[in-house]
Amino acid sequence: MLIYTTPPKTNRIREARFECSCSKTAMSSKTQSSSSMAQARRTVQQLRIEASIERVKVSKASSDLMRYCGEHAKNDPLLMGIPASENPFKDKKPCTVL
Amino acid sequence: MGEMEQLRKEADALKDQITAARKAVQDTTLEEAAAGVAVVGRVQMKTRKTLRGHLAKIYAMHWATDSKLCVSASQDGKLIVWDSITTNKVNAIPLKSSWVMTCAYAPSGNLVACGGLDNMCSIYNLKGKDGNVKVMRELAAHTGYLSCCRFISDTEIITSSGDCTCILWDIETGTQKTSFAGHQGDCMSLAVSPDFSYFISGACDFTAKLWDIRDGNCRQTFAGHESDINAIGFFPNGQAVITGSDDATCKLYDLRADQELITYQDSSIMCGVTSLAPSLSGRLILAGYDDFNVNIWDSLKAERVGALAGHDNRVSCIGVSADGMACCTGSWDSFLKIWN
Repeated sequence: MLIYTTPPKTNRIREARFECSCSKTAMSSKTQSSSSMAQARRTVQQLRIEASIERVKVSKASSDLMRYCGEHAKNDPLLMGIPASENPFKDKKPCTVL
Repeated sequence: MGEMEQLRKEADALKDQITAARKAVQDTTLEEAAAGVAVVGRVQMKTRKTLRGHLAKIYAMHWATDSKLCVSASQDGKLIVWDSITTNKVNAIPLKSSWVMTCAYAPSGNLVACGGLDNMCSIYNLKGKDGNVKVMRELAAHTGYLSCCRFISDTEIITSSGDCTCILWDIETGTQKTSFAGHQGDCMSLAVSPDFSYFISGACDFTAKLWDIRDGNCRQTFAGHESDINAIGFFPNGQAVITGSDDATCKLYDLRADQELITYQDSSIMCGVTSLAPSLSGRLILAGYDDFNVNIWDSLKAERVGALAGHDNRVSCIGVSADGMACCTGSWDSFLKIWN
């Protein structure tokens, strides 16, 4: 169940859009039906493209993702942690020579 | 049967075909496949640097490819290029329009771009002859706000817009090369594949789309989210896509299996995801939320393994540097923080 305590999207975008948007020009019913026909043709054309792709089994896709993570884990600084001496972002404390 | 009726029937049949084809390759789930993998241990990162200087909400940030410089955009009307190690401001660029929503660093380091409610993408040359940073191009054609932009090179950039389209631009001529139409809602975010041949867009129609940059076609559409997709990124091997949504979840979609593999959610998280970035190996996903936090997810086990708490307002943007050494968060509290 989703609970929104504030509107889901920053209101600023929507407010600004209402300020600057142009109202849609009224379309005659004839142009409306021919443009929805064109839209329907485009939808079918797009679905044909998406239906035609070759799909790989989820087992293979998963194992490839797992293998990639495994092979690159040791070179992932945020995953492995960074020793202080190799961390360019860590403030170096000055050394005192006793 | 009229043509409209015929088209409707064909569309329904094709949708059923896609659903069946996806089911046919679903011989397991990522959860089952990764059952034997141990969850990553607790990830604890500290704020190493705080970048102070913006005077209003930060909406976007992007690392340069040198993993040292980064650019941020704030509604104080400035783009700031930071040296993240020294925290010095390398450039502070005043913008014509302060309603900026996105910024990007070119891979070469020569250019930065930004845009927002002015509906334009402005390109700035950081390496101009006289040392001043000037607007090099203003790319205008979108009829809605600019939500995101990403450079392919110094001569090409892709933008996403509230007008529901994305555009590939020729920066030199300032003209559109390709328009990518198909989303039924505002495009909120985009990401380019590691090999620069594809990009993905997330939109307010709750779907993510994979586009072929050269031929302009949408290759795949991924549904499943129950609200606007605000953030999108490629898994580092370029074969999967991670999305973050107002429905409080992130999802991983595999491109070759053409389906969702896993959802990152927790019943205690009830606010929207604003931003996300994978770690270098892809094993960690860092996601920024409306509740001022960043949650760190184990991407294979879908378990929360850490959090970054430190901002006093919404985390609006996040990025992991190219060498994977640091994560940068930007917030409506006007600060950027570098963590590792």
